Amino acid sequence: MLLETRSLDAGYGRFRALFGVDIRVDAGECVAIIGANGAGKSTLMRSIAGVLPNAPDMIRHRGEPIGALSAAAILQRGIAMVPEGRKLFPSLSVEENLLIGGQKRRGNGQWTLDSLYALFPILREKRAMPGTALSGGQQQMVAIGRALMSNPELLLCDEISLGLAPVVIRDIYAALPRIRETGAAVIVVEQDITQALRVADRVYCLMEGRVTLSGTPAELTREAIHSAYFGGHA
Amino acid sequence: MIWLDTIVQGILLGGLYALFATGLSLVFGIMRLVNLAHGDMIVLAAYLILVLVTGLGLSPWLAVLIAAPLMFALGWLLQRVVLNRVLGPDILPPLLVTFGLSIAIQNALLEGFSADSRRIPNPDLEGASVALGPVTVGVMPVLTFASAVLVIVILNRVIYGTPLGRSFRATSDDPVTAGLMGIEPMKVFAVATGIAMMVVTVAALYLGTRANFDPAIGPARLIYAFQAVIIGGLGSLWGTLAGGVIIGVAQTLGAAVNPEWQILAGHLAFLLVLLVRPRGLFPRARD
Repeated sequence: MLLETRSLDAGYGRFRALFGVDIRVDAGECVAIIGANGAGKSTLMRSIAGVLPNAPDMIRHRGEPIGALSAAAILQRGIAMVPEGRKLFPSLSVEENLLIGGQKRRGNGQWTLDSLYALFPILREKRAMPGTALSGGQQQMVAIGRALMSNPELLLCDEISLGLAPVVIRDIYAALPRIRETGAAVIVVEQDITQALRVADRVYCLMEGRVTLSGTPAELTREAIHSAYFGGHA
Repeated sequence: MIWLDTIVQGILLGGLYALFATGLSLVFGIMRLVNLAHGDMIVLAAYLILVLVTGLGLSPWLAVLIAAPLMFALGWLLQRVVLNRVLGPDILPPLLVTFGLSIAIQNALLEGFSADSRRIPNPDLEGASVALGPVTVGVMPVLTFASAVLVIVILNRVIYGTPLGRSFRATSDDPVTAGLMGIEPMKVFAVATGIAMMVVTVAALYLGTRANFDPAIGPARLIYAFQAVIIGGLGSLWGTLAGGVIIGVAQTLGAAVNPEWQILAGHLAFLLVLLVRPRGLFPRARD
């Protein structure tokens, strides 16, 4: 097992967003987290990435407790995040945004500027522009590339399709197989259930901070997902 | 010709003010920290150079080379042990802490060196001058200005051309996302303050060789530094140099009319720029 959360409780100050969440990710696996707005998906990602501090034991990576580690220490362990809203650095060019992702790179993985430009050719053309001058889809490519530059073995993708046109979303998801070829596991957080079911090996559905459903896409019926997503009885 | 001479002297004086201001500008730009003890740090560095020169018989130039890494270490420690703990969404704690630090440094210097005014001896170049076209200028003022330009060129190289500078800019943009890149903002801040203290050391050399100083003159240097940073526009080091030059020229012009008007003319120039360009001459696109 690559990563698991055990009874993960998390929140912001006095507001609690997650209640006893248990998920697991195996090496090389693609796991989708689905759920409505406010279900706690981003809180879960931010907890794993070390942005939100937790009790050490609530998150384990290769069996070791990592819940209390800083974001920088989590990255060193091979877990990189594409944050919600892309969060490119406005003072940095496209290429500098990519380079900063690789500043603390681990070992000699296969992601380099060249292999990223091969994955997203448009970025090579725009490499000298400020990251924030690009279109939303191109910015998302930079954000994904920036996370890949550290050669992660687990990539957390938080709402990478949010606010993008369907054709652009397709382009971005087309990169996923190439990323998985490197052996990396991926967690995608999605509001778009169809997209999530298409790419994931396993799916967790969150509602109001709790896991309401989990399984492989083949196991899950529309009705079960509907009820887990919106609550009530379908 | 007297006016041309006055303006040239003012521009060169602006180099000194730019040196006062550059460290302040760097630290503010990266961590939004206003260091009210900045002027006192300059005075502290001047005493450090003085001790090295008079105590060990070193030349002032060699003394700066020894003092700069010591000041880097002091800045690094200050940031890690004190200032990092008070940085946050509230701007008041860092202001209070650096205000207290300012008072503590002044009193420690008073205790150690008395209130007598001192000067860093610099017999080789003290009175030296060169003809610069139609005007004659002192060698030390020219070196001051050249040092300010050199410091800004080097800092810009670091900020825009090195991985460290990339970390500075990324942390300044968004410390949380910088953390996701493996950057530890608190360590980046410590290095930035260390570098600012090295610039402070260069400023101290020219402050201490140019005129007398005593433990109490720090806060007034801080005011000039603030004015230079704000005239130039927050975040632009070349703007800071321009700001220093504007204050310097205003002061020498004011003094040429009436010696009592020197300081006042600098402040009036500052207010005038704020009236016309409230965000400074070269403001950053976003803050």
